[in-house]
Amino acid sequence: MKFTLKIWRQKNTNTAGKFVDYQISDVNSDMSFLEMMDVLNDELVRKGEEPVVFDHDCREGICGMCSMYINGRAHGPKRATTTCQLYMRNFSDGETITIEPWRASSFPVLRDLSVDRSSFDNIIQAGGFISVNTGQAQDANSTPVNKEDADLSMDAAACIGCGACVAACKNASAMLFVSAKVSQFALLPQGQSERSERVLAMVNTMEEEGFGSCTNTGACEAECPKEISISNIARLNRDFLAASIMK
Amino acid sequence: MKYSVKPLFSSTIGKKLLMAISGLFLCTFLVVHLIGNLQLFKNDGGFAFNVYSKFMTTNPLIKTVAYVNYALILLHVFTSLALTIKNKKARPVSYGYNNAKANSIWSSRNMGILGTIILVFIVVHMQNFWYEMKFGEVPMMSYFEYISPEGKTLSTQNLEEVAPSSYGTVRQVIVKDLYKEVTTEFSEEALLVLLYVIAQIAIGFHLWHGFASAFQTVGINHKRYSPIIKTLGYGFSIIVPALFAIMPLYFFFIK
Ligand code: HEM
Ligand code: FES
Repeated sequence: MKFTLKIWRQKNTNTAGKFVDYQISDVNSDMSFLEMMDVLNDELVRKGEEPVVFDHDCREGICGMCSMYINGRAHGPKRATTTCQLYMRNFSDGETITIEPWRASSFPVLRDLSVDRSSFDNIIQAGGFISVNTGQAQDANSTPVNKEDADLSMDAAACIGCGACVAACKNASAMLFVSAKVSQFALLPQGQSERSERVLAMVNTMEEEGFGSCTNTGACEAECPKEISISNIARLNRDFLAASIMK
Repeated sequence: MKYSVKPLFSSTIGKKLLMAISGLFLCTFLVVHLIGNLQLFKNDGGFAFNVYSKFMTTNPLIKTVAYVNYALILLHVFTSLALTIKNKKARPVSYGYNNAKANSIWSSRNMGILGTIILVFIVVHMQNFWYEMKFGEVPMMSYFEYISPEGKTLSTQNLEEVAPSSYGTVRQVIVKDLYKEVTTEFSEEALLVLLYVIAQIAIGFHLWHGFASAFQTVGINHKRYSPIIKTLGYGFSIIVPALFAIMPLYFFFIK
């Protein structure tokens, strides 16, 4: 397969970037999108040019590092898929593929396609945990959890923190991410004692980090590789309202 | 866990709550306003409509609700402005290529533009009828009211149909003929009719997304009820604006 790649090149956070066109041929349709990028970088290095910087780690769809905005979609055209799990057979031969970084003031571009997602880390550090005393583990069955809540909590916990929700949202809102991280604890008994503090701390940090507000467009849910539901956002809204009134 | 309690409405979630509550209040207002306006279709020379307008402009409870309504429109507009500014700042560099229609509906992405059209309409509409009714020169008309000995209004009667009453007294009431004002404007001003129809389309699209969205904002998202709310919202956003839009069209083209 042959492609024209229109890739965003940017030296660092403080310089303006621009699109640069690259031609790539002999792409195997079974290559992943990242393998295709590897081949391109290999060619660039051979020609003495700067390779394209992009983030990746697990390459099996679980770490959330492979942030790329491909042909106008977070992680490309396929539903519920990270970039590393996207294959070149999902594109047509000869196509022009536009590749950009996540665009949000809270995710500054480090270089080319790589962005700094520390703002997510800061939100997690504010309250995305439970405080427990260490020591002997309890018997697992001593804290009963009803099946429906356990399932919902597990669904929320599937969030890999990739930032596709922010990237796809017209407001660069982090509400889906925050709502998943709040919900996974809010649904379990272990999360109850700090439930109000958690939602206040995480939402405050979210606001301070400069993310936009939620317009309920549903773009986040549609582009989330883990298909996190926006019903979590409704839960976040409820919890935040309750905590703001009670505290 | 380090946390601080900030004023609810300083957060974007709190601001959205204001948007949702004011938006839903405005939806209720639309229904009341619509039911009243349907009196325009009564073929009684404007009697029913004028009795209704007199009630709406003089009843203290209605007057209070009307001021609450104006305040909520302003709240809705200024909150949306604050949110939009924050949202624009959150993405200073836009995408070179963005395929947003793959993940969201058009109306959800254009609430601000739709709202602005609605705002322009509200201003023109208020100037047209509210201002004219209050301060302008409006033709007068009159009807009769039957008053019981205790001073209560028993019934209202069109001039032609007045009949001697066996109880109470009859009083002639002179009011501004808003019916005439409305119907002449609509039958003569093509541009105005066009603006009214465009505004109703904008309200339709605004609520196509906004109605169900408001429930999500206040935290209502339920497996069984949310699809019902969505369907209700779609119905609301078609039927209510369509009925409003028919009024100017009816007086312009038919009557
Ligand atoms: C008939 C009048 C109006 C009604 C019934 C109405 C109703 C609504 C409703 C129900 C929502 C959804 C709230 C939510 O998502 O929680 C909404 C959102 C919105 N409205 Fe209105 N609205 C009206 C007029 C306006 C006007 C005049 C403007 C602005 C100039 C405006 C701007 C907006 C914006 C920007 C949003 C989206 C806010 C966001 O989600 O970020 N609306 N409206
Ligand atoms: S590289 Fe880990 S999810 Fe794609």
